[in-house]
Amino acid sequence: MPTPRLSITLIQRPFPRIVLTSLWFGLLSLPLMMELKAPFFGLERPLLVSAGVAMAGLMRLAVSQRGGPGAERVQRMVGSIGGAVRHLTEQIDRRVIYVVAVASAVVIPLSLNRYHIDILTQVGIYVTLALGLNIVVGLAGLLDLGYVAFYAVGAYTYGLLSTRVGLSFWEVLPLGALLAAIFGILLGIPVLRLRGDYLAIVTLGFGEMIRITLNNWDSVTRGPNGILGIARPRLLGFTFSSPIDYYYLILVIVLLTIFVVDRLNQSRIGRAWTAMRDDEVAAEAMGINLMKAKLLAFGLGATWAGLAGVFFAAKMTFISPESFTFFESVIILCMVVLGGMGSVLGVILGASMLVILPEMMRQFALYRMLIFGGAMVVMMVLRPQGLIASSRRGIALGPKDRQGSASAAVTSPQKMG
Amino acid sequence: MLRLDDVHAHYGMIHALRGVSLEVKKGQIVCLIGANGAGKSSTLMAVSGLLRPNAGRIVFEGDDLAEVPSHAIVERGISQVPEGRRIFSKLTVLENLEMGAYTRTGEDSIRQDLDWVFGLFPILAERRFQMGGTLSGGEQQMLAIGRALMARPRLLLMDEPSLGLAPKFVETIFEVIRQINTRGTAILLVEQNAHMALSIASRGYVMEAGRIVLEDDATSLMVNKDVQKAYLGG
Ligand SMILES: Nc1ncnc2c1ncn2[C@@H]1O[C@H](COP(=O)(O)OP(=O)(O)OP(=O)(O)O)[C@@H](O)[C@H]1O
Ligand SMILES: [Mg+2]
Repeated sequence: MPTPRLSITLIQRPFPRIVLTSLWFGLLSLPLMMELKAPFFGLERPLLVSAGVAMAGLMRLAVSQRGGPGAERVQRMVGSIGGAVRHLTEQIDRRVIYVVAVASAVVIPLSLNRYHIDILTQVGIYVTLALGLNIVVGLAGLLDLGYVAFYAVGAYTYGLLSTRVGLSFWEVLPLGALLAAIFGILLGIPVLRLRGDYLAIVTLGFGEMIRITLNNWDSVTRGPNGILGIARPRLLGFTFSSPIDYYYLILVIVLLTIFVVDRLNQSRIGRAWTAMRDDEVAAEAMGINLMKAKLLAFGLGATWAGLAGVFFAAKMTFISPESFTFFESVIILCMVVLGGMGSVLGVILGASMLVILPEMMRQFALYRMLIFGGAMVVMMVLRPQGLIASSRRGIALGPKDRQGSASAAVTSPQKMG
Repeated sequence: MLRLDDVHAHYGMIHALRGVSLEVKKGQIVCLIGANGAGKSSTLMAVSGLLRPNAGRIVFEGDDLAEVPSHAIVERGISQVPEGRRIFSKLTVLENLEMGAYTRTGEDSIRQDLDWVFGLFPILAERRFQMGGTLSGGEQQMLAIGRALMARPRLLLMDEPSLGLAPKFVETIFEVIRQINTRGTAILLVEQNAHMALSIASRGYVMEAGRIVLEDDATSLMVNKDVQKAYLGG
């Protein structure tokens, strides 16, 4: 029975630490969040904080233990699905897969009801968010726990500019993305020298800061009441109103995100990020400007949250700070880590699962989060590298055909004894 | 080409370099030997701009490097094979080599150098799509050298390139160092294997506790009594 033994060795030490930290944070949040009049004395909110911190801890564990020890047999079993998908995508011409995927994304929703289309739209928002966060966490290796702040920046940019200035969706879309990018860079500057735990804490604080500002700056944001009556997008006299309209809109945004993120991943800067994540000193010795690379990661990551935020505001026509809590950041981070850091396909899969599964478990209401958390833990123990591990190869200089070139290179005689 | 003038540097409270002066002339191989902790690696780090001196000057081709950020130092033509290889484990062999050429433009000349590196180390060509972290120690050492060469440096800093290699491999590496040098690249070589290092170098410096305590032509150092006793096992 090799299975129990290996999971115990994996959990042993970091695990109690995570439990204790989460309880500690829950305790700390008691005075802030407890409401004696509420049922259960408002204890559920501190518990939620604990759960969030515990998840963050697990994520960190996963980040630090990527490819972790042993556990190979079980991992292989669990990973066989991801492996099969990977294998399939490597066999068939990529373009065929893209066409089929896009075509089904366009056609399938036509046969679905409004509720399901809404869920798919939700998936689209989170795919955009997760792919953006993936740039920061998965590629550049900077643990950002306040990512939701940029989502809020996008949403409030549209909310405010639409209701107060009367700018249209299409005008604000790039503006929101830009503003989010600027916020990303602003956050990046002070945290450039921080790593790991410290970076996580500061970004977490930043996320909360934005939310609290939105909550309290009544004269501008209307505080917890939120902003009502945000205009719907219009295009050539057509107003987006039904779920399917929004679905197609987010689909376009998602496709754009996938395209750009995939390009980034394989580009010079994508490689530089991976190198930086591996070994900062060596990366610097190669001539990478670390400061620029990190700021670029924060900025380019935040951009997508800004886009998603503008879309979110346009779809809901109502926004309030409640939609941008720390828990949201954690969920997005879960999507990235669960799916497989650095892998575009993995992140898409992770986001889809984490939107659809809780939706499917709605009837379990109370236990939903519990099941969800349990599933995450099991997943992280069994497959720390995520559903689909990222794969890399040289693109700029590498010939298109892997096998061909590798064997061609062997033809030169063995010089090295 | 490269001159260090009374360079001092600290790691926090630790005074690692206590007045290092040395010179590398165009096309020369200069070797730097010394006991563990003498400050050899720190000297190379200071040249690369990864450890900032708090006194003294580092001058490369007439320019003071004090204000030059480390990434710009690479652009000026100095690259390093760092101690302990430090290759990128999550990048493929090919990508590692591409990272070496990070500051360069001009795909054709980069491709030429890639072919040259693959010629020097055919095993790297064979493994080009393998992740750096899965290479053997010796292969990683070759990759680290190849990666530094991809910057097409005019001055190559090498920190113990023969560390942990089988004797036969050590010879190969030294042969490669000579080949690199014949292309006109100056080399500042840090080595524990003082005998081999001095045999290919034209000049040598001996370092102790953050200072240069001896400098001479490599051939003279080889017959120097103190050097023989301390570093050549005789
Ligand atoms: N990152 C660091 N932080 C603190 N002290 C350091 C650091 N790197 C080196 N030192 C200290 O600086 C001194 C010089 O170290 P350095 O690595 O330059 O020695 P070295 O000559 O390369 O030794 P070796 O032959 O063992 O590689 C040593 O006392 C070492 O402990
Ligand atoms: Mg050293």
